[in-house]
Amino acid sequence: MEIPKSFLGFKRENGRAGTRNHVIILPVDDISNACAEAVANNIKGTIALPHSYGRLQFGADLELHFRTMIGTGSNPNVAAVIVIGIEPKWTKKIVDGIAKTGKPVEGFHIERTGDIGTVMKASKKAQEFVMWASEKQREECPISDLWISVKCGESDTTSGLAANPTVGNLMDKLEPLGVHLCFGETSELTGAEKVCATRGATKEASDKFMKTWSAYNDFILKEATDDLSESQPTAGNIAGGLTTIEEKAFGNFQKIGNCKFVDVLEPAEEPKKGKGLYFMDTSSAAAECVTLQAAAGFNIHLFPTGQGNIVGNPIEPVVKLTANPLTVKGMGEHIDCDVSKILSREMNMSEAGDKLIETTLRVANGRLTCAEALGHKEFVMTKLYRSA
Amino acid sequence: MATDIIIHDQKDNVGVVVVEKVTPKQDCTCWIMENDSSSNIQSMNEIPLGHKIAMTDLKEGDTILKYGHDIGKVVKSIKKGEHVHVHNVKTKKW
Repeated sequence: MEIPKSFLGFKRENGRAGTRNHVIILPVDDISNACAEAVANNIKGTIALPHSYGRLQFGADLELHFRTMIGTGSNPNVAAVIVIGIEPKWTKKIVDGIAKTGKPVEGFHIERTGDIGTVMKASKKAQEFVMWASEKQREECPISDLWISVKCGESDTTSGLAANPTVGNLMDKLEPLGVHLCFGETSELTGAEKVCATRGATKEASDKFMKTWSAYNDFILKEATDDLSESQPTAGNIAGGLTTIEEKAFGNFQKIGNCKFVDVLEPAEEPKKGKGLYFMDTSSAAAECVTLQAAAGFNIHLFPTGQGNIVGNPIEPVVKLTANPLTVKGMGEHIDCDVSKILSREMNMSEAGDKLIETTLRVANGRLTCAEALGHKEFVMTKLYRSA
Repeated sequence: MATDIIIHDQKDNVGVVVVEKVTPKQDCTCWIMENDSSSNIQSMNEIPLGHKIAMTDLKEGDTILKYGHDIGKVVKSIKKGEHVHVHNVKTKKW
């Protein structure tokens, strides 16, 4: 298959391109969710991103909170942003961070005004933003403007056999075209960590990966009260035939094909070393991982599943694929790309990779994903430790 | 002929059932992905889609190889053709 050299995206002020054109209402903290949701209810075509945190956090955990907030607003799939927080200082910090992209952003704080006055002021601005954004047109963008993140979930043995290698095949074909790629799931590489480390493009990248994996593994061992058999593999994984974390890890690792990673990113950190594959230190919980990758600027997500994970994200379209014929049959409304014919050997890996590239480009051009059509908007912040 | 079981790597001592299920004493066709070769095995249990079958006799303490790599240890001896899962294999991590 000849791979198209372009897609139709939304060009942004900072030179990036979006696959979507969202106007988001971003609460700084948990207690501002009500206000943000009221604004999104008033002004059609906007979406609120409620979440559970943002108060009394400190240190690295607070830095991650700001990085996730600012990164989400800065993502090229977002045209404009309304930020609403209880206090002016943290609200302004997030507004200023997003403003660096050059996109329209305005902040509102609730103290001294109350919810009703804030909703009125913010709604007026949100209406202005959404009507402005509605005139944006899709334009031809080079395929290298795609930043593709990947994460698998509700995996089973069909993931490692077929769905994950399909993603790997896509990576092998798109990496030479200059796209950015990102995989994560630090804990779910356990058992395959040494093999994964050999895939660093430089010794520095390999060493950084081992250090990151070891730190996460030490944390798990410190907090674990049993052998983790209730969590990893999950009950869904086990039902699908996965027996150990090592088996899951080697299956997971098939997603990167033959690519080498150029750098290791902190959670929600924007890649700075140009095109190519990056590893991001993330949890293996689906919504947390995708939220971090979206905050790092990735504009389309590929999600292979075995037993049928249903996750979505409010700003980054999540494309699902599966090779499990029972999942296609039982929950087809969640599957964007069916590669189950690999198992019956009616489709080879290269054909599956081509099919996934075609689906990915259709979604990049505007086709809704199953998760978008079904209303999945899981926005889940990663919290590193308790608040002060 | 239809493939009942796929094996990732020639070194692997387990394969994965890729049909809805295999039944006891079924003669199954296996396909080894690594070198595109075929083999046969008789299953001993009913094994559902996605679950593993032992390609050889395995004793307690043996290592299970899949993708050509170590994915855990045998904790209860397994006969060739038997279902391999959490009841007879455990992680070496955690």
